[in-house]
Amino acid sequence: MRQIIAALVSGILFGLGLAVSHMVDPAKVIAFLDVAGHWDPSLALVMGSALAVMAAAQRWILKRPAPLLDGRFHLPRRQDIDARLVGGSVLFGLGWGIVGFCPGPAIVSLDYGVPAVAVFVAAMLGGMILHRLVGRAVAWRLQEADG
Amino acid sequence: MITHFTPYSAVAGGALIGLSAALLLWLNGRVAGISGIVAGLVPPATARIGWRVAFLLGLLIGGGLYALWLGHVPPVRLDTGTPLLVLGGLLVGFGTRLGGGCTSGHGVCGISRLSGRSIVATAVFMASAGAVVFLLRHVLA
Repeated sequence: MRQIIAALVSGILFGLGLAVSHMVDPAKVIAFLDVAGHWDPSLALVMGSALAVMAAAQRWILKRPAPLLDGRFHLPRRQDIDARLVGGSVLFGLGWGIVGFCPGPAIVSLDYGVPAVAVFVAAMLGGMILHRLVGRAVAWRLQEADG
Repeated sequence: MITHFTPYSAVAGGALIGLSAALLLWLNGRVAGISGIVAGLVPPATARIGWRVAFLLGLLIGGGLYALWLGHVPPVRLDTGTPLLVLGGLLVGFGTRLGGGCTSGHGVCGISRLSGRSIVATAVFMASAGAVVFLLRHVLA
């Protein structure tokens, strides 16, 4: 229960941060990505500020043996740079650039009553399901090939 | 669409995002990677769904609080037609799963940990996003 409250509070701060920084507005994001147009560097400051706070806090947090409400830190352990990481990031960037939404701002914007936001979020969930289905099909193929 | 540089709200909002990510790591030991949190709820969902649902609910509450404080809903200027909107959503959903993260997980949490994977992922998605914006706004427009 305490973990659920902690996640709720963290989510509220995150949603507030995305809204306060205007990152819920795709026009602001596109204006950052459009370096050849009327460039708006706001997004870089949002990321820089978030990184500065997180990096400072993390130095202290990760010195602790475990998080306050859990037995261990659940951090990604992989360090290899593979084709999936690069290919997936290329695809994500294409979608982000086409619309101006990444997952967080899209979810927060569901609050603001724009029907197109719900279409985007539904398609995003569809993309995640598609990824799972493709992964399963590939695993099945590999298994067949092995057997 | 022309927007104006908003340095103060950018720094303040960014600090809130950093604080949120730090809190989730300090208390729950979890990375505030939104694409991963959402994907964990896509059926068949994994065992731990409670904190994921709570975090996403928090995102909606946070966005709502801002609108209440503002007194109106903030602008969400989407000028993408439905076919491209759907294509964009599919690419964001599929790409973040294949690449293991998005702007929050790789861009904020991963880079602050100096993860090589996250630094590469962020450079790649920034570059491909910039390239497609250039193509759509300056070449095809």
